Amino acid sequence: MELAIGIILGCCALGAGLCMGIGALGPGIGEGNAVSKACEAIGRQPESKGAVTSTMIMGCAISETTGIYSLVIAILLIFVAPGLLVDLLVEAVKSL
Amino acid sequence: MARSKKFLITDLLYIAGMILPLLAGMVLKILTEPPTSGISIAGARVFFRVKFPIQDLLISEAQINSWLVIVTILFFCLYMAHGLTVECKTRRQRLAEWIVETVDRLVADNMGPYFSGYSAFIISILALSAFSSLLSLLGLFPPTSDINVVAGWAILIFILITHYKLKGGFLNYLKGFTEPIFVMAPLNVLGEIATPVSMAFRHYGNVLSGTVISVLIASALNAASALLIGWIPGVLGDLSLLRIGLPAILSIYFDVFSGCMQAYIFAMLTMLNVSGAVPWEAYEKRKRKKEAKKQTI
Repeated sequence: MELAIGIILGCCALGAGLCMGIGALGPGIGEGNAVSKACEAIGRQPESKGAVTSTMIMGCAISETTGIYSLVIAILLIFVAPGLLVDLLVEAVKSL
Repeated sequence: MARSKKFLITDLLYIAGMILPLLAGMVLKILTEPPTSGISIAGARVFFRVKFPIQDLLISEAQINSWLVIVTILFFCLYMAHGLTVECKTRRQRLAEWIVETVDRLVADNMGPYFSGYSAFIISILALSAFSSLLSLLGLFPPTSDINVVAGWAILIFILITHYKLKGGFLNYLKGFTEPIFVMAPLNVLGEIATPVSMAFRHYGNVLSGTVISVLIASALNAASALLIGWIPGVLGDLSLLRIGLPAILSIYFDVFSGCMQAYIFAMLTMLNVSGAVPWEAYEKRKRKKEAKKQTI
């Protein structure tokens, strides 16, 4: 019983870490690309700084979405999933 | 400009109407908050449930807080629109006119002339979302960090999108799913559903993650200060001195900037999705056909 609960807790923590680590890769690369292009555009045409900056922030926030999804899943894995799974396990053991 | 007593009293009433709901929310929170030790990350507390046949209707903290925000915004609008004159005299009227003109220009730029009546809807969504997220500055539960509230808005926008897609006729709407080839139909249906889901999750995830990170940092600083200066006897050791300052600076990003940004993005995506939904060619064709039918009769 203790071993099973330990495995559940460990897997939840491991899953949350992996989820956040891998999930942060994509948005990081994407936002880096967007900002570098925006910097180039501002360097070429400094007078268009305002429009470029606001569009860039908008695009960054949208491309951040997948990272936010993985953050939500990581939070659920840490704070919600262990309790639920342990309850399920206890009920399953009781019914045996 | 001299103002009558009645004018000032009405002004005071409106300001009270702005502040009282927020105070009521704080009092409600203080009265009903169960005592907890350490950090706790829980969803909205459910106050009471109403019996319904399929599923019980839950009246939760998120709903009550969003109603409070709605009342606050209502009184704010009344206050801004109070005592308007033809020539722009007061600072208040200048601000109100600036807000209206900015939103009108934003909607005209992004949606085109066909949707010129949409600025009221867009500013409502923008204000509701921004004020709901900023509610966390007062220590209240921000309604936007509950998925149900944001999903409700997203469903509303999904209905709007579908309404404008149906402008070209029902058959045209069904035909839109089989483009470019009919094998893609399941994927197109999935894409249709993905729009509101992604809108809801984007907003909810951003606000929730800000809250969770703030709580985690605060508790970490608490533990650190207990470790570092906990050995000092007396009151000084019990105070978590490290918690002063840093959480406030982080809150500028997570609460203020992120909340306003997500409100802007939600409104922007609403505008783009709704204005991009109308099938213009089919709509024009259908309009012409209808007019021709009318003339023949």
